[in-house]
Parts: sequence; structure tokens; C-alpha cells
Amino acid sequence: MKQGLHPLLMIALVAAVTLFGRVLPTWTLSLATVAASNALIALGIVVLARTGNVSFGQGLFFAAGGYGVALIANVWGVTDAVAQMIIGAVCGGLLGLVIGPLIARYSGIFFGMLTLALSMVLYGALVKSTALGGSDGFNVGRPSLFGMSFNDPREADFMLYAVSVITTGFAGIAATILFRSELGLASLAVRENNLRVEYLGISANLVITINFVIAAIFAGASGAFALMAQRHIDPQFAYWTTSGEFVFVAVLAGYQSVAAVFVASMALELVRSFSNLYLPNTWQLVLGVFLLCVILFLPRGIGSLWIRERQKRMRPTAATPIAAQKEAAL
Amino acid sequence: MNFFLTIVVDGLIQASWLFIVALGLTLVFGVLKILNIAHGSFYALGAYIAATAVTMVAARSLPPSVGFVAMLVSVALIASAVGLLLERGLLKMFYSRDEVVLLLVTYAVFLILEDVTKLIWGVNPIYATQPYELFGNVAFAGLYYVGYDLVLIPISAAIGFAVWFGLNRTVTGKIVLAVIHNEEMSVSMGVRVNRVYAVAFAFGVLLASLAGALTAPKISMQPGLSSDVIILSFAIVVIGGLGSVEGAAVGAILVGLARAASVPASALSRCWFPSP
Repeated sequence: MKQGLHPLLMIALVAAVTLFGRVLPTWTLSLATVAASNALIALGIVVLARTGNVSFGQGLFFAAGGYGVALIANVWGVTDAVAQMIIGAVCGGLLGLVIGPLIARYSGIFFGMLTLALSMVLYGALVKSTALGGSDGFNVGRPSLFGMSFNDPREADFMLYAVSVITTGFAGIAATILFRSELGLASLAVRENNLRVEYLGISANLVITINFVIAAIFAGASGAFALMAQRHIDPQFAYWTTSGEFVFVAVLAGYQSVAAVFVASMALELVRSFSNLYLPNTWQLVLGVFLLCVILFLPRGIGSLWIRERQKRMRPTAATPIAAQKEAAL
Repeated sequence: MNFFLTIVVDGLIQASWLFIVALGLTLVFGVLKILNIAHGSFYALGAYIAATAVTMVAARSLPPSVGFVAMLVSVALIASAVGLLLERGLLKMFYSRDEVVLLLVTYAVFLILEDVTKLIWGVNPIYATQPYELFGNVAFAGLYYVGYDLVLIPISAAIGFAVWFGLNRTVTGKIVLAVIHNEEMSVSMGVRVNRVYAVAFAFGVLLASLAGALTAPKISMQPGLSSDVIILSFAIVVIGGLGSVEGAAVGAILVGLARAASVPASALSRCWFPSP
């Protein structure tokens, strides 16, 4: 996202993308819906990654949002797509509020492991819970919008596409504003050196917690969209390989640009659907090689392709003395 | 009393192979400071290679003991080679980067290995049960156990002791410990850290694959094996403290016992609180 792009312009962009959905073929619509939903959760990971922490357990909030929405839909009959999205976001956010302050003290690998462990705890509990369908999960009905129900599958697909693209678009705009705000800049400072941030009078834990809760809200809403798109939920939502895919999108995107997250998510969905079609047993292989190449050649993600001029000003984390020593030894 | 003894024996059987996997993970973390997500894939790789070796031996109608030895030898050879290749060819390039980046690299390796096993061995379950009957059945405390399961316990204990002895009582082990404690200082004392890294990583891979080979006769090999094992070994390593051999042993026993105890516990809870 360029420094000068005005929020109003971005809103126009979101509206244009939404209307563009009218001319897209049906199979692209559902693909784009999933891509937008994945972009939303990956955006959360990027928000969190700006504090230097990678969450390997966003599936926790993804599943919390999905199950929360599914249960409320089946018990109280809430089928409105926007309401479901809000419920998902609230479920994710509440869980994030509980877990965030506990986990903010950890960093680096331990942060990743703890989030992973928590999501696997939820996975284990969900698999064993017969009331929630165990490992098979359960189905939910087709979502409606503002009292309208959609019987034509194409219209229903477009509705879902529109809601998910608009939500993700607005989340992206919010994230852009966040990145430019004091909190966003403090997050980058926490990534660089959290001790110095503390000396400047900002609580690094608080910064991480806030970013964590934002990521959890995004993940919960994303879980709601995944549920609406599949109309089925199972514990796989919380499994760690699901979280891994979102991390993949986030790494591919890099932490500098919001637009890159959307591009990365769409790229993943395209690779996935075409590989599924032509090479069903090698698509993870393709993904893995792709991930390695990105880490090697584009260490700050595909976003760095179009933000070259800022790269010069913002140097990446300088290698620590130990890392330099390691390099010398090898 | 018998009831608890059953849990303890079952728990130790579980703990035996879990310990070998976790030992590899904790060693790799201790020396290279890498949390290896692909560790479970090496376990799966070992199991698959073992299955192939056992099937090939059985096809030549040789006795299962030959199959047992053949699977261990083939796994040891292939796993060390894979480990050395990965460390020298891939991981080495990322040591100057963040720890989290290395985590992502091992995740990429996990994704790649996941499909490599699918490409080589297919997606249908594979069995290699011949060595499982090798040691017959043993009556113990009024129950019958498969001898193979019980043999795993001393094997695992021996491996654990060998690693402990190697680390604490030999010169090579002391050098490895020095690298674990202070790598910068070891470099300046003339330790070839890159060699220690390569050997430690290959050894970690070897341990994971050996555990896979040892359990191969007990289980069915199918996709998804690796992602389950890695979670268990993460839990063990975290319980015991990352990078600690003794901790891995304690963690493995705790997790093994908990897993063994949860089976009768859930059965009991079903008796006490019958579901409608």
C-alpha cells in the first residue's frame, strides 16, 4: 500500500472489486470468496507478525468463530450473513482477549509453539465432543442477507462473495490505518527491540496483546466466512496444518503491504485448485518449494516487489552478533 | 493393583517410542536452535522405509528377524543421508536469519516431505506386520502382551542411555555441549560448529526415523502420520524443557502414561456418566 493512497480511494477500489464479481464466472466466485476469507485471517497474522511473533495457531480462532456461528445458527436460527460474520468476529475476539494477555509474554518460537498447542487442544476437544459431531462435524443452512434468502446458487455465491470481499476490504483499510498509526509503528518497534520500547514508556506486552486480539477478531470472522462457504464445519478448522496454510499466505505476502496479502491469498487458492485438478498428490510439494523460494529470494514477501523505495529507508532487522558469528563459522 | 500395572506397562510402551522421537527433536533444538516442524515427517519417512524393507525381505521368504535387522539398517542409512543433505543443502542457508524463519523453512520441508511420501508410497495404508510376531506373546501380571512391544522399552532405554553417555562422558559429546551452551565461544576455541550442526541434525533425523521404523510393525502407515506425531513430540519436549535429554525422558513417560490412563479413564467416565 503506497504511503499516499487515500482511504476513500481504497473504498472505491473495494466497491469496484465487488461489482467486478458480477461478470466473473461462478467457479471463480467461490474461489475468490475463499481467497478473501483466507486473506482476512492472513491479514491478522501479518498484523501480529509486525510485532515479530508468528502465530501457528490461528486455527484456534478460526475454529472458534466457525463453531460459534454454526452453533448459534443451528440453535437460534441466525442465518444472516453479516450477523454471522459479526458473531464469528466476536467469538474470535473474546477468545483472543482471554488468551492474548497470557501469551504476550512469550516471543519467537515459544509464541508460535504456544499458539499451536492451544489450537491443538481445541482440536482434541472438538474431535472427542460427540455433541458437536466429533471428527465429522455438522452442517449448517445456507446464509441469507437482510431477510432475503437466495435460492439461485449463483446469486447466493455472489452475495457471499460480496460480503466477504467488502469485509476483507474494510479490514484491509483498517489495517492500513493501523499500520500508519502510533500503535502500528510501536508494533514495528517491538519487533526490532522490545526492551527499548519498554524504556520509552510503552508496554510491549500491551502492544502485542492488542495486535493479538485484532488478529483473533479477523480470524474469527474468517472462520465465519469459511463456514458460510462450505456450509459444514469439522475439527479440521483447528488442526495445525490449517493454521500453517494461513501462515504460508502471510509469509508470502510479507509484513509491509496490505494489498500483498490479497494477492498472496488469491495466488494460493489458484495454485491449490489447479494443482488439485492436475497434480492431486503434489500440490503441497509445490507449496513447500514455493515457500522456500519466497523465504530465500523475497525475504520480505511479494509486497517488497512494489515497495522498493521504502526498503532503502527501512532496513530489516540487522543480524544479531550470534547470527553474524554463525555466518562466519559456516 | 493389576489395573494400575496395566496402565503403567501400556504407558511405558507408548513412552518408549515417543521418547526416541522427542529425543531427536530436543537434540536438534538444543544444538541448532531450530524447532523442527518436519521432525514428524522424518518419523513417517522411517516408518515407510521400514515397511518397504520388511516387505522386500518377506517377499524373499526370509525369516522376520532378517526383516527386523534389514529395516533398522536401511532406515539408519537413508535417514542419516537425508539429514546431512537437508542440513548442508538447505538449512545452512538460513542460519543468519531469524529463528522464526527457520521454523517456516522446516514447515516448508514438512510440506514437501508430506507429498514425497505420498508420491513414493501412495495414499493407501501400508502394513509391515511380520516383525511384530518376532518375540511372541508374553504373559505378565495376568495379562498377555505382545513381546515386540515389551522389547521396545529396553531398546528405548538403551538409546536414551547411549545418548546421555555420549553427550556427558565423551569428548565429542562435551564439544556438542559446549556448542549448546555458548556457540560463539566454541567457535573461537576452534570447534568446527558447522560439522557439529550437520552431525547433530542428521542424528536427530536418524532418531526420528528409527522410532518410525520401530513402530512401523505396530501401525498402519498412511498420510497424516507425520502431523500427529509432531504434535505429541512437541508436547513431550515442552514438558521436559527444550533441549534436555532427561526432560525428554520424563516428558515421554508422562505423556505415555497419560495416554494409557486416558483409555480406561474415559471408559470409566462413561460408566459413571452414561451418555443419553
